[in-house]
Formats: sequence, C-alpha cells, structure tokens
Amino acid sequence: MSQVSVSERAAAAGEVPVTRAPYFVRRKKGITPRSIAVLVFLTICALFFCVPLYVVVVTSFKTMDQIREGAIFTLPHIWTLEAWDHAWNHACSGIKCDGLKVGFWNSVSILFPSLILSISLAMVTGFALALWNVRWAGGFLFLLFICAFVPFQIIMYPLIVMTTTTKIYGTLWAVAVIHAVLAMPVLTLIFRNYYKDIPTEIMSAAMMDSGSFWRIFFEIIVPMSGNILIVVLILQITNIWNDYLIGVTFGGLTGQPMTVNLANLITISTGTTNYAHNMAAALLTAIPPLVVYFLVGKLFVQGVTAGAIKG
Amino acid sequence: MPAVSFEHIVKRYGTVTVLDDLNLAIEDGDFLVLLGPSGCGKTTLLNLLAGLLEVSDGRIMIGERDVTELDPKDRGLAMVFQSYALYPTKTVRGNLKFGLAASKLPAEEVERRIAWVAKMLQIEPLLDRKPAQLSGGQRQRVAIGRAIIKKVDVFLFDEPLSNLDAKLRTEMRLEIKKLHDELKSTVVYVTHDQIEAMTMATKIAVMDGGVIQQFGTPDEVYEQPANLFVAGFIGAPAMNMRSATLAVKGSKVAAVFQSGARLDVSDYPFQAPAKDGLPVVIGMRPEHFTLGEAASDGTAQFSPPVLSAERTGSDATLYLTFEDEMLALRVAPDLAAGLRVGSTVPVQFQAGKANLFDAQTGRRI
Repeated sequence: MSQVSVSERAAAAGEVPVTRAPYFVRRKKGITPRSIAVLVFLTICALFFCVPLYVVVVTSFKTMDQIREGAIFTLPHIWTLEAWDHAWNHACSGIKCDGLKVGFWNSVSILFPSLILSISLAMVTGFALALWNVRWAGGFLFLLFICAFVPFQIIMYPLIVMTTTTKIYGTLWAVAVIHAVLAMPVLTLIFRNYYKDIPTEIMSAAMMDSGSFWRIFFEIIVPMSGNILIVVLILQITNIWNDYLIGVTFGGLTGQPMTVNLANLITISTGTTNYAHNMAAALLTAIPPLVVYFLVGKLFVQGVTAGAIKG
Repeated sequence: MPAVSFEHIVKRYGTVTVLDDLNLAIEDGDFLVLLGPSGCGKTTLLNLLAGLLEVSDGRIMIGERDVTELDPKDRGLAMVFQSYALYPTKTVRGNLKFGLAASKLPAEEVERRIAWVAKMLQIEPLLDRKPAQLSGGQRQRVAIGRAIIKKVDVFLFDEPLSNLDAKLRTEMRLEIKKLHDELKSTVVYVTHDQIEAMTMATKIAVMDGGVIQQFGTPDEVYEQPANLFVAGFIGAPAMNMRSATLAVKGSKVAAVFQSGARLDVSDYPFQAPAKDGLPVVIGMRPEHFTLGEAASDGTAQFSPPVLSAERTGSDATLYLTFEDEMLALRVAPDLAAGLRVGSTVPVQFQAGKANLFDAQTGRRI
C-alpha cells in the first residue's frame, strides 16, 4: 500500500518511480533445536571444568569443621585464609614444615637459569643451523630430531651419574641444567624452522654489510624473533613449572621444586587429611603459570599464527 | 686496469655445471649490465662476485686484488637486492648505519655519511621510520643508500627495479644512472629487462645458458648482434628473421628468400668473403622498413598482405604476412590507421641495415 503511494507521489512529482530489485532479508536467528543442543553441550563442557574448580576454591576458604559436614557445594560460613597461610608457611613436606614457600622459591630459582640457558642456547644453535653455512648441518639436525623423541626415563640413570660426577646432583642447578638440556632439541628445531623463513636476501645483505656471526645474530636476528620467543617462553615456563619427575629425581632434599612439595603434602598418609590445606596448596602451585597465560596469552596466539616476516 | 675481472670461472651445483670457463673484464667506471632470460646464470655470476656463492674453479679479481677466497664483507663491494632486503626491525637510519657495520668508522664519520646519503637520495624525512612504513620506491632508495654509504668502488645491483611499477621504474632508472655519473664508480647490474640494459649500460653482456653470447656497448649489441640469440633477444618488437640463401655474382651479393624474393646485400660488411649458396638467416629490425614505393638502389621491395596493426602510443606496429610468417614493422601511427586487414601494402627494406647469420652456426657473417 505504502509502496503504491510512494510511486504515485513520485509520478506526480514528475520523477521516474524506482522499482527496487527484490532482496532477501537475512532470517533472524531464532532458537533452533540445533543451537539448543550446542548450548547444552558447551554448558556441560564448561561445568566439567568449573565445578571441580569451584569446589577447590570454596573448600580452600572453609574451616575444617565445615568441611566435615560434607556439603561440598556450600559457600564457606566463615571465610578464612587460615588454609592458605598454613599451606604457604607451615605445611610439612617430609620432616620439614616450612610450607610451600620453600618449594615456590626453589621453583623460581630453577625456572630462570633454566629458561635463560635453554632459550639462549637454542636460539644461537637454531640461527647457525638455519642461516649459517655449518658443516654437517643436515646430520646434526637429524640427530636433534631423533633426540627430541628419546624418552627422559631412558637417559635418566646416565644423567644421574653425570650430575653426581660433576657434583651438582641434589642441587637446584642440577634440576635447572637438566631441564635446559632436555628442552634443547625441540627448542632448537623450533627456532631453526622459524629462522629458515627469514628471506635469504636479508641474510645476504647482512653478510655483505657485517659478516660477523654475533653482530648479525644480536642486531638483526634477535629483534626479529619476538613472536617465536613468546611461544617458546610460555612452553618452557609451563613445562618447567609443572615438571615433577626431573625435580624429584635431581632435586635431592634441598632442591625440590614446588610440585614435589605439593605431592609430599597431599599424599601424606598419617593423621586426618586437611582438605582445606590441600586445596589451598594445589591452587598456590597452579597460580604462576596462570598468571603467565593471562599476561602473554594474546601475544602467544599472535606468535603461533604469525607465519611470515615481511620487510 | 680492469676494475673487475672474471678469469676462467666455473660454477657447478653437484653435477650440474651452470657456468663453464667464463671470462669477462669490466673497466673502471663502466656500467655493466648482465642481461639474459631467467636461468641464464647472470644472478649466479653476480653472487659469485659478491662472495655469496663460492666458485668451483677460476679466479675473480677486483682491481689488483684476488678476492676469490675473501668473505663478502672484505671484497669492497656493495649490493642492492631485488627485494631490497632492508632489516625490518631497524629504522632507515639503523639500516644505513648497519651498512657500515664492517667498516669500523668513528661515530661522527658514520653520522656524516648518513647525512650525505640521506641528502643525495632525498630520504631525510624518512630516517626514523621502519621499512614497513615506506612505499616501494622509498624502500628502494634506502636500499641504494645502504649500498652507496659504503663508498666502495664497485656496486652490484640484482634486478633492483623489478618490484616497482612502470612509472617509478623509469624514475629510478634515471636516478641510478645519475648516481653512477656522480659517483663515477663501477657498476654491475643484473636484469632481464632490455630497456634497462639499453638505457643505463655502458657495456652489456648478453648471457644465455651460462655463456656470454656477446659483450659490447648497447649500440654494438643492438646494431651488430653477434649471433641469432642476441639478435632475437634484444629489441621489441623482436627482429624479423627469415631463412635465405646467398647468391654471389661477381661483386654483387644477393640473399634469395624461399619465395624467390631477392634482397641485394652487396653493401653488407661481410667478415669473410660471401660464399655462393650458403644458407643464411636474415635479420631485419622492424624500424628499418618504410612503407610506400620508392625504387632507389639498395632497397628491396615487397608487397605483403596486412595481418593486423597495433598502436603502442607514440608509434605503431604493423604485422604483415611475409614468407608465411609474421613480419613486424614499426610505422607512424597515422600510416597504420589507414590500412585494412587483408590488403597488400608496398614495403621497402634498407638492405644496408640487414643482419646476416650463418644458418648452421647461428653466428654473424
């Protein structure tokens, strides 16, 4: 009706009436059975992770008296940080009762030397293998590739002997060095593949301009490695922080990382189990990698998807 | 004293020989263009000179120094790459500065040279930008700047203009030529673009299949191509080639085409006395034809039918059917416009401009 009147008015005004070509209105999205199914599935998936997390978090704030009541989903009657304090300062690992903070600082002092050692070595090796004229580079690369697949358990005993003879067994340094060594093959391959994509002409130009291995590495290559560094950092931080086997094997009594402390604390078999303490301890151990994810997670995605280096 | 000389250069990749016993000497101040189709070995030769590849055999001299075993940075060369190869994380200033990385100059001299280069190439406002913030032409300037800041005697260019659009290419061509005149340095320039070669070079080395087919000035290469490859490669539209046999009668020499048409080539500067009955290939440049009938001596007259006419701005190319093949002629555009397809048109060729090649060896006779 309105269409007609518009064209009449247009005709009256001496204009040519415009007939619009028929177009299709995009259908409004209603709630279809399919979308309900998807929603239900996703909700179940989310609950699968969230419910245990909820229980862990609320339990860690409860008093032992409330936990004994057994209602695990209720919120704490009295919010208390007692469990967190206990886990951090007084929890017992073996015969020592200095809390998780010992393990936390151990883990930190394992993490940094290990990160620096493994990443710097892998970067230089990857650069040399990818862009420098190295004799036997192909064979070396193949060897690295094989090494990346050797399970740790197989070389565990030789490594213990090696660390014992070098007198570092049972210290934080042993754990840090072993982490760095074991990560080398994979990290080197990652860096090598990344550097392989740097245009050859840039390397040729650098060869003609400077020709110095270290100068090219530090001035040209390292600044171009931002993306891959983020990826490797996250990989390594998570790996090292969450490791248990290497820590328990090489840490001895004084060099135990936080994960080993946590296990000792939770698997204690005498007396009553204090669930609040255990939950708080578990959460404390999980926080550092989470913080790293939140801080650099966005950069991580960029790093993983960044393919080309454009000039 | 040649600035650069290649002596008996051999380059093999495994069992494949790319260059075999190549010799070439470039005089001081020359602008040498290595010209050839893709895969002819021109870039390989340049990389050998730069030291980015190692020779399998032979010797490379720069001035009086044998540089065959030297590292790229020690050869006293500067190179401009096809993709510019600017360091993406460095600013323009950083890129220029890194060009001097091997030279260990005092900081104030480095600053002075950066200012000099920036002024010469008009990139002063760009000094603090990253390569990603520059246009193609600006990147090209920076790449050239990174080379000339070294103040070396020999500059290498590896197809530096092929990533630019047509207009910029013409501008940069003139600019590089101007720089060469100003700096009076020796240039080795690789390209597959014959216009770049013809306009910029003082010497052209035409390469094919790893062999230097001809080495000479642009005029020599164009006017007197040494063989069929050079004749066909240089010039657009390409030179018209026709088979014929020589007919010698006293002092008169004529080329007889397969159709029986004759071309008097008595004036042709034969390198050896012409042999009667020798099968030859006649090369005729499109611009050496004239339309219309004017029977003067030494011109050959044909009347082939018109196939098509193409206008390319300032002039036009006329395609005729001659000896069952296409014959390209360069004519004035207004002349081409009046011709109908299928009609015949009288055409003369200035016989003195012909190029004769031995049909068997492909060499100029």
